[in-house]
Amino acid sequence: MRLDEQTRGDFPILSRTVNGHPLVYLDSAASSQKPRAVIEAMTKYYETTHANVHRSIHTLGEDATELYEAARDAVQRFIGAAAREEVVFTRGTTDGINLLAEGIGRTLAAGDEILITDMEHHSNVVPWQMAARGRGVVIRSVPLVGDGLLDLDALDRLLTPRTRVVAFTHVSNVLGTINPVALIAGKARAVGAISVVDGAQAAPHMPLDMSALGCDFYVFSSHKMLGPTGIGVLWGRGPALEALEPTRGGGEMIKEVWADRATWNDLPWRFEPGTPPIAEAVGLMAAIEYLDKLGMHRVMEHERALTRQAVDQLGAVPGVTLYGPRTAERGAVVAFSVRGLHPHDVAALLDGQGIAVRAGHHCAQPLMRWCGVVGTSRASFSVFSSPEDVSLLTHAVASLDTAL
Amino acid sequence: MSAPAAVVYSDAIRERWRRPRFRGELAGATAIAEDVNPLCGDRVRMMVAMEGGIVTAVRFVGDSCAICTASADVAAELAQGRTAGEARALGAGDVLAALQSDVRPTRMRCVTLPLSVLGKALGP
Repeated sequence: MRLDEQTRGDFPILSRTVNGHPLVYLDSAASSQKPRAVIEAMTKYYETTHANVHRSIHTLGEDATELYEAARDAVQRFIGAAAREEVVFTRGTTDGINLLAEGIGRTLAAGDEILITDMEHHSNVVPWQMAARGRGVVIRSVPLVGDGLLDLDALDRLLTPRTRVVAFTHVSNVLGTINPVALIAGKARAVGAISVVDGAQAAPHMPLDMSALGCDFYVFSSHKMLGPTGIGVLWGRGPALEALEPTRGGGEMIKEVWADRATWNDLPWRFEPGTPPIAEAVGLMAAIEYLDKLGMHRVMEHERALTRQAVDQLGAVPGVTLYGPRTAERGAVVAFSVRGLHPHDVAALLDGQGIAVRAGHHCAQPLMRWCGVVGTSRASFSVFSSPEDVSLLTHAVASLDTAL
Repeated sequence: MSAPAAVVYSDAIRERWRRPRFRGELAGATAIAEDVNPLCGDRVRMMVAMEGGIVTAVRFVGDSCAICTASADVAAELAQGRTAGEARALGAGDVLAALQSDVRPTRMRCVTLPLSVLGKALGP
């Protein structure tokens, strides 16, 4: 049985209509839909278990703490982390990168360099600009070559002993390019730089193994991988996380507090001040269990087949331009433009037929400039996406040139 | 399957997008302003010619969606013949009335961008 045939019934939202048409949801790269298992796990948690975690010496508090920490264990297994202490819960990918940029930023000095790439999401650009500001730190960016691959020769030229951070995406949210994380992380380490990987578009779509990736930090969001909004993961290699200075204070992140000073809690709680997103952690754990049952290799194969189909079918529509590498191995996104139509009009017209796609600059304006466009439309896939979804999209796009 | 564009955009929006009347450069413009829509990166430039305190001509250029293009075209038309103060007072309601349309909140910035750029060109 195809993966979508197995899973579609698990996603209640897919039974609704939009503008009189059955919903065709092709915007999972922005945020995926949620299976019933996730929704029910959170509801059950609120109905039976909720209390604050960690210092509540009563049954509910202890049960809630157990669930919250079990979610950490689930994440550890899911991403192949060496220890549960390496898994920090954040509010999402953006939050995780900001946490890193703030913490690492404090250690940077004039003349230091942060290396990003031309295909980054704004959330892996702007926090580094903020970290650099006022410190005399220089931002450099790896250009792209061909149909949207990192220029690894340029990377070699840009990596110097001045480079303190190399921040790059695992999978481009526009091009679908899959970057060689282990290779780049290795090069970063060779010059003594910290590697930070934006895994937002990878974690939902492929098996992950932190020990094999070799980077120092890896961040991703729950809501793109069938889990709830409001929670994400920052994974840090033990020594790298240990060396990171916390920049957000409050309860839970401390060991002892005096009026004028405090000592920090152990990992990972050092980076989790305040009441964490407990129900969201429960939901994320349910999402991980759901994905684990499907098998991430199977998820990857399913979505790659859909991506290939979309590239073949959309690419054959007159007036359609596709972006990204023409290789089989790419992320579950297909960005495209339709001649004579603005991406927002494409999205609005498709919405008129119940088809949800993303349109605009996808929070990647430097990349849009490289593509030579203001924005694009983007279809993206998840476990419930079907070949029929892709065919419906293709037929709808083919009829757009006469629509406006 | 034909796309029901009429359901999505009014005839007036589609007509203004297909055949804008005020798109193009304005030789002799006395004021020019430009801005971008952070939502989509669209960029619109409005050019205004003033004579004796009256807006005599407005033209716009920009890479923009149908709603934004239609709004710029209507804003240019409505501004002509008005004083700077009157033209600055034009609002989204005036444009939407001319376009015989309502737009969703997510697209409202597409309507208001040309108006705010026009206001910038006309000065404080």
